[in-house]
Amino acid sequence: MVDAVFLALSVLTIGSAIVALEIRSLIYGSIALMITLSGIAGFFLLLDAPFVAMFQLSVYVGSVAVLILFTVMLVRRELIFNKIEDKRRRYAGIGLMLALMLGIGMIIIGSGIKSMETNSPTVDYQKIGKDFLTYYSPALIVMALILAASVIGALALARREDITNDQRVN
Amino acid sequence: MTNGLIDFVLVSVALLAIGIYGMAVKRNAIRMLFGIEMIINSANLNLVAFARFIPNSQGQTLALFSIAIAAAEVAVGLALIIVAYRMYKNIDIEDFRSLKG
Repeated sequence: MVDAVFLALSVLTIGSAIVALEIRSLIYGSIALMITLSGIAGFFLLLDAPFVAMFQLSVYVGSVAVLILFTVMLVRRELIFNKIEDKRRRYAGIGLMLALMLGIGMIIIGSGIKSMETNSPTVDYQKIGKDFLTYYSPALIVMALILAASVIGALALARREDITNDQRVN
Repeated sequence: MTNGLIDFVLVSVALLAIGIYGMAVKRNAIRMLFGIEMIINSANLNLVAFARFIPNSQGQTLALFSIAIAAAEVAVGLALIIVAYRMYKNIDIEDFRSLKG
């Protein structure tokens, strides 16, 4: 059985996920997305993974959501509140969502993980750090290179070609 | 711990379905990015939940890698949206004509 904290967290997470997609203003939508990501961090805390939870808070809530907010502010004002969508496509999408939820949910409820409980001790995050620096160190280096390349790529993509350097100085 | 593995997996399935709905229905490019974020987060929740119940530390390690890569993906995706907005003066994906196959 689930406890009250879990129930409150899941209502918060899923409710604000729906709000993020359906609310009219993109700014409120990105704030709702921020709440969803914080709710996921709360689930990580419930799963005894405080290190991942803090990583989620600092990377997702701290940087990704703020990046999205800044991008929304760069867009023209009427586009932020503009909501164009096909009625038929919307109903088809809701049907697809419910079919996916029911289908995958039934498969999971029918599978053997229903009775899975744990009494094992929690994973020490020293073990995670050791893993990062020993077995996963090549992957860590590749990840650092990917991060650097993506930041450079984003800067190169978003650069404006039509402004020359002396205009920038003035 | 009173919460079973199945509760976390069901929440993750719900979040995945909502993300797929956002990807399928919305025409606003930034809202589609919201859907992608939800799908990635449901995958991370699955990784950490199974790592807790199996029990194994490597699920958490993989979740950390996944979060870092997702941050890179969002940076590039937003830069692409800004470039497309500058070209078409709109963020409606149906207006991005020259990206059509």
